[in-house]
Amino acid sequence: MNSIEKISRRKFLQFTGLSAGGILLAGQVKVPAALAGVLDEAGGSQMNLFVSVQSNGQVVIIAHRSEMGTGIRTSLPQVVADEMGADWAQVNVVQGLANADYGSQNTDGSRSVRNFYTIMRQMGASARLLLEQAAAQSWGVDVADCKAAMHKVTHRDGRSLGFGDLAEAAARLPLPATSELKLKRSSEFNYIGKAVPIVDLQDMTTGSAVYGVDVHLPGMLYASIERTPVLDGRVDTLDDKAARKVAGVVDVIKIAGKPLPAGFNPIEGVAVVASNTWSAMKGRAALAIKWRNDEHAEHDSSAYLDALLADVTANPGEVARERGDVDTALADSVKQVEASYRTAYLAHAPMEPPMATVHLHDGLCEVWACTQTPQAAQREVARALELEPDKVIVHVTLLGGGFGRKSKPDYVVEAALLAKQLGKPVQVVWTREDDIRHDYFHSCSAQYYKAGLDGQGKVTAWLAREALPPIGSTFVAGENLMSDGALSQSYGSIPFAVPNLRLERNKADAHARIGWLRSVYNIPFAFGIGSFVDELAHAAGKDPRDFLLQLIGEDRHLDFAPDGFDFSNYGKPLTEYPYDTARLKNVIRELTASIPWGEALPEGEGWGLCAVRSFLSYVAIAVKVKVVNKKLVVNEMHCAADCGIVVNPDRVHAQLEGAMIFGLSLALMGEISFVGGVAQQSNYHDYPVVRMNQTPAVIKTSIVASEEAPTGIGEPGVPPVAPSIANAVFAAVGSRIRELPLNKHFTV
Amino acid sequence: MITLKINGDSHEVDAQPDTPLLWVLRDFLGLRGTKYGCGKGLCGACTVHLNGRATRSCTLPVSAVGQADILTIEGLSSNASHPVQRAWQEHNVPQCGYCQSGQIMTASALLAVNPNPSDGEIDAAMSGNICRCGTYPRIRAAIKQAAKNSGGAA
Repeated sequence: MNSIEKISRRKFLQFTGLSAGGILLAGQVKVPAALAGVLDEAGGSQMNLFVSVQSNGQVVIIAHRSEMGTGIRTSLPQVVADEMGADWAQVNVVQGLANADYGSQNTDGSRSVRNFYTIMRQMGASARLLLEQAAAQSWGVDVADCKAAMHKVTHRDGRSLGFGDLAEAAARLPLPATSELKLKRSSEFNYIGKAVPIVDLQDMTTGSAVYGVDVHLPGMLYASIERTPVLDGRVDTLDDKAARKVAGVVDVIKIAGKPLPAGFNPIEGVAVVASNTWSAMKGRAALAIKWRNDEHAEHDSSAYLDALLADVTANPGEVARERGDVDTALADSVKQVEASYRTAYLAHAPMEPPMATVHLHDGLCEVWACTQTPQAAQREVARALELEPDKVIVHVTLLGGGFGRKSKPDYVVEAALLAKQLGKPVQVVWTREDDIRHDYFHSCSAQYYKAGLDGQGKVTAWLAREALPPIGSTFVAGENLMSDGALSQSYGSIPFAVPNLRLERNKADAHARIGWLRSVYNIPFAFGIGSFVDELAHAAGKDPRDFLLQLIGEDRHLDFAPDGFDFSNYGKPLTEYPYDTARLKNVIRELTASIPWGEALPEGEGWGLCAVRSFLSYVAIAVKVKVVNKKLVVNEMHCAADCGIVVNPDRVHAQLEGAMIFGLSLALMGEISFVGGVAQQSNYHDYPVVRMNQTPAVIKTSIVASEEAPTGIGEPGVPPVAPSIANAVFAAVGSRIRELPLNKHFTV
Repeated sequence: MITLKINGDSHEVDAQPDTPLLWVLRDFLGLRGTKYGCGKGLCGACTVHLNGRATRSCTLPVSAVGQADILTIEGLSSNASHPVQRAWQEHNVPQCGYCQSGQIMTASALLAVNPNPSDGEIDAAMSGNICRCGTYPRIRAAIKQAAKNSGGAA
């Protein structure tokens, strides 16, 4: 990538200094050279940071978020095109480089649409207005009489000019202020709300889509890295003689790990670099390394969880949220119920393991990576190579899955360090074993719940304790308590109308790199809470659906501040995105109305239910299971989701289908265990994920029609899955499973 | 030098004989539509046809290929015109898309020998191919669509 300086918009903005009132993010008007380069190659006139129009009429829209399967490379450009009046058939989506001017590119947290829906509409509307103004000027008429639609601007007398004809003139006009923009009414939408096929469909079905592993540069070398099996281990002795003799091997290079906290630094390892991938792998297998281990070599996940569970069951922790007097209410209750739950470490296991390619040339460091977070990759590489961030250019390839793993750019840093040392382009190829053994693991958890019921079966007291190594431990030395922000994911935000509650947090020291995985802490907490509510329903002798609705209580917007809890609400103010119990109850009602909830079933079959608000969306899931001779089969999964305005309903359905199957994998079989500090799993044989033969015959998703602001959809379908299955198992055979995964208890 | 017959053409490659076919296709011949997923024949991302049979290329040494006809995703059609590819598009199957080359190759091999597979036969044939995004329900539907579009002869 040459750093091309381009005229039109960039220079124009420099001359005029237009910024206040402009629509660029954060008031920035600088069009970066790197981006100008992209657009130059497309030969377009730039309307704004995200949109340019070529003279042949082709509209180029920048996709600044990473495509890992959500369809975001289609959905956000779809919004721009709609507002702009573009013809989708004449739109070319170009992946943006790492560039802070776009705002956050960190594609996680289910926030691409919710954070950029309005901005993308403004980008489209701004481009539309410029094109209309250019047409009005060229005709000498009032812009109010000119309307852009289907890729041309038409005057009310019928004459028209195509976008391509207007592009140059439009690009010379000053950027409209946000206040000048008129957004379409939803009745005028052409593409928003429509099942537009993804822009990568042809490439993905012909094998021509380019993922991280598919990047190829002339003279490129391939690296495979043997890393310390125990976190923070060090190379004690290294014998690489045999490795260097392997045909194709070019070099063997040590990569120094940094001490905890791990951050996004590489793990200590030894890279074998070769002229092809197989030679690198084979050379690596011939390395003889003795590791010098540290305290984490003591980590045994089974004993560790036993200890956490004993602690939360017996010992009070720090209070995170409190209302009323739980101890008195428990003492006064007619019936007390208590239960402990445990969940395992998980690995992300995206189909494409982490991959990165780096080439240093002309004072620049050029990166190609399947990354969810190009700006963090840029920052970390710049730091590791002691370069200014603007000397690091990050191209984002397609991602063969992400699920949160690829928002940690440690693998990009590895490639950068090797490329610098070798003076040649290098691709770092993680094997599946590398991916599973050296993940940023999803935290394991121990949870304890105790509730009191009155004579009518109403919950009067709710006590909860949790202990799990927090993600914060990856970034802050010694962090071992969950923050309010972390506990905002389900645990601290229980929406129940219980007069007395106390939620506590206990300590858990980390011995592995802990990281976020699709829907994060909602996974363990939804399992604990969703299971415990079902236990309470049975203790109260009530239908679990009716009990849950009653427990949620009246329609209201929740406020957590009076309970002393700093609810993060996924980074959004409660005034704009309230926690609305009516919407939560609505998905439960819509879902259970669509299935024969309460039907009499043969022995060994049962329905289970759970509903969770996460990432600002409301999702209820019901599953039907059959258990015969300790063999568990999930036959049906149904989901109702309220995620506000939907841009691309087909992709929302796809995300929900996928989330349910992702949740099914972790519920049935997801477990990473550690012995002697070493992850015991390594590939899909011992870290199995759901295959087609385990996929329920019936998978149904429904989306609640809504005019509310769009909210997350990549993750919210995951959390209710495991508890709904456990609850269905109880309904089927009366076994209460309080430990995940379920294959510890059943054949799956 | 090893001579391979791939997508109807003859190719000579200078690879070590134990190199898995997958890496020969990708690194030596630039045919990168076939993907690495596990290296152990567990996930199916690397599936190609060997004399018409769905085969895991990540565990097949190139020296064992011999004169067999190799078909990769690039050779299935140049323009997604194969009935399986058309059905995949009709049902918007891919999410991240990474596993789909392997899925399509397994499905096309199935339909070639069993033009009208039952649900059970589809599950049995496809269960060696993992999709972490969870596109299985759509893959099932697409295979049935492909069978139907081909009049039971894909």
